[in-house]
Amino acid sequence: MTRPPAGDYRPLAIEAHGLIKRFDDTLAVDGVDIAVPEGAIYGILGPNGAGKTTTLRMLLGIIDPDQGVRRVFGNDRPHEVAKLIAYLPEERGLYPAMKCDEAIAFMGALRGLPTAEGKARGRELLERHGLGHAVDRQIRQLSKGMAQTVQLLGTLVHRPKLVVFDEPFSGLDAINQGKLEVMIRELAQSGTTVIFSTHVIHHAERLCDEVAIIAGGKVPYAGSVDVARDRIPAQVRLETRTGEGEWRRALPADARHDARLSQGGEGSHFWYFPVPDSGIEELLKRLIDGEAGILSLSIERAGLHDAFVEIAGEAAARALDEDTAEGAAR
Amino acid sequence: MSDTTRLSLFEAARVVARRDFHAILFSRAFFFFLLGPLFPIIIGAMAGGIGGQVQREATTRLVAVAMAADDTEAMIGARQRLAPQIGSALPELQATSGDMSPGDILRQPGKNFSAVVSGTLAAPVVTGTQDAIDFWRGPVAMIAAEASASKVAAYPSVGADPVATSVAAQRTDRIRTAQAGQLLLFLLMMLLAGMVLSNLVEEKANKVIEVLAAAIPMDAVFLGKLVAMLGVSFVGIAVWAAAGGAIALVAGSALPQLPEPALGWPLFMALGIVYFAMGYLLLGSLFLTIGGMAATVREVQTMSMPVTMAQLLVFFLAASAITSPGSPMEVFAAVFPLSSPFAMLARAAQSEALWPHALAIGWQALCVILFVRVGAMIFRRRVMKSGKGGRAVKNRVGGTKPA
Repeated sequence: MTRPPAGDYRPLAIEAHGLIKRFDDTLAVDGVDIAVPEGAIYGILGPNGAGKTTTLRMLLGIIDPDQGVRRVFGNDRPHEVAKLIAYLPEERGLYPAMKCDEAIAFMGALRGLPTAEGKARGRELLERHGLGHAVDRQIRQLSKGMAQTVQLLGTLVHRPKLVVFDEPFSGLDAINQGKLEVMIRELAQSGTTVIFSTHVIHHAERLCDEVAIIAGGKVPYAGSVDVARDRIPAQVRLETRTGEGEWRRALPADARHDARLSQGGEGSHFWYFPVPDSGIEELLKRLIDGEAGILSLSIERAGLHDAFVEIAGEAAARALDEDTAEGAAR
Repeated sequence: MSDTTRLSLFEAARVVARRDFHAILFSRAFFFFLLGPLFPIIIGAMAGGIGGQVQREATTRLVAVAMAADDTEAMIGARQRLAPQIGSALPELQATSGDMSPGDILRQPGKNFSAVVSGTLAAPVVTGTQDAIDFWRGPVAMIAAEASASKVAAYPSVGADPVATSVAAQRTDRIRTAQAGQLLLFLLMMLLAGMVLSNLVEEKANKVIEVLAAAIPMDAVFLGKLVAMLGVSFVGIAVWAAAGGAIALVAGSALPQLPEPALGWPLFMALGIVYFAMGYLLLGSLFLTIGGMAATVREVQTMSMPVTMAQLLVFFLAASAITSPGSPMEVFAAVFPLSSPFAMLARAAQSEALWPHALAIGWQALCVILFVRVGAMIFRRRVMKSGKGGRAVKNRVGGTKPA
């Protein structure tokens, strides 16, 4: 497991060691280790069926692990800090006959917020998120997107310190996905820790400080997104006018060995190879001396998707891509 | 307990109960629940009326007399003299004319004779089906004997010395009260258990259940739902009692009266409410457990069917044990949790002992707690098994590449 970067002394909102959960003959979660610093945006990234939901449920004390320990705000009994936590499950819904402010107040009441206060805060939140006109409307009278916003506001009405979302972006249209991203960033800015599971890499890459990559019930990587990306060496992307030539033989041996032509167009050729040990300046010199006809040269850092492939393997990455495609199609 | 701790079982149950209570009270389901008792009454009255009419048309007490004219006249006269003493045990006699044989008389279209008496007063002959012959042979002989007697018998006047009741009469009366109490209990419980199941189905359809399960103890969800429905039922009972009271005021003594139970009406009714609550909580928790185990609404309905059938059996068990208090079957019915409320209500109607009720209520309460706990545990195991994705894509992703 990768630890938080040295010097990061923030206290942990959640830490888990060796979590194992078995359902009948299925090993759903197999020794998960996670450490989530307070105030972080933390993603649990993996394909459907990888064990994300079970992990979240164990972290929150909804189900108990067969083995392992978990602490939420230093407490190994998550129920002891339940009022500091908000959880939005993937299977979410509201009572259709309830009015918006009642629905929000009810969700707050489940976390110990007095109903009157919940209603008042609910109205305030609805106003702030552009749903002031819907305060007295029943949930069944709202659009799907509006109902999801109401549920989100209900999840947050008791002002939690830790917010856990299970696949929060699934079922949302692009506009509401954008709104949710903004909301997550605002929560983190106000010091709230946000953990969400997702099978869409872009969300994790855009939002998260840290991620846990999960596949087949195991967490092969947990830590900073940057560190994950840096596990794959940066690559030189070279666009040349000439496909072959003296310049290729002049390349440093390590770069020459792994160079691959990715895409060749009319009058331009794209080459990818590792940054040579001898450095970029030496590389540039050799390219110029070899008359490579440089059109462009950049050093590209690996994305989280590449890191996921490297860490979790191609099968898991393929499953993740399929889930993302299915989600987009829905 | 710190301020950050999850709501306690009872606090959480109160939140759920309050929501459910309001939601159900202002729903169409509650309106139909209020009308619920009308259905068995209306259907019972209709079935009784139709059944009575069919019975009247199907069976007849009319017997044709095909004797010589004098004998026929004597038979009809004798029947009239005997009627005040024996009443309904005697057939209606009707003289027939002509020379038709008894068989032809019975085959006459448009006539409705159950038998024909022919022969003489000294040797009357009854013609009819074997059942009719067996039924009318005795009364016909009695009428013929009266008709052929040389003088009209003088019947002495019988004095009357009425008592308020007897052991036999009391027992019979109290069985009626016990039966009525059991039937009412059963109807109410089935109505409510159906409603609690629909409530859970609604929860499944709305996908609210995991929101609840994530925030509060699952026991509290179960308990809250049960208590809410119980509260609703008490509102319903209050409405019915008010309506019943109003009807009783208007109708007065025209309404049929039930005999007083052994423990007296106030205690019997109080125990009735307690047993109703216990019976409902037991059955309701069972239905909730089933609802929790089922993955879909259709599964909920399918899985609840055997429980409904079993509940009918349990009711029959308790009902058949009424007549034999203290028998092994009655004791079993009183101990078995699901039949206990029925059997104990019957005891309240028949026996003056109070301690068995204290014992039974304690036992039933214990069973309610057990049922709720087991139900919540099963729910946790079955429903929280995996996420939406996990259910759909089980085991698709295999092993992982080591980091």
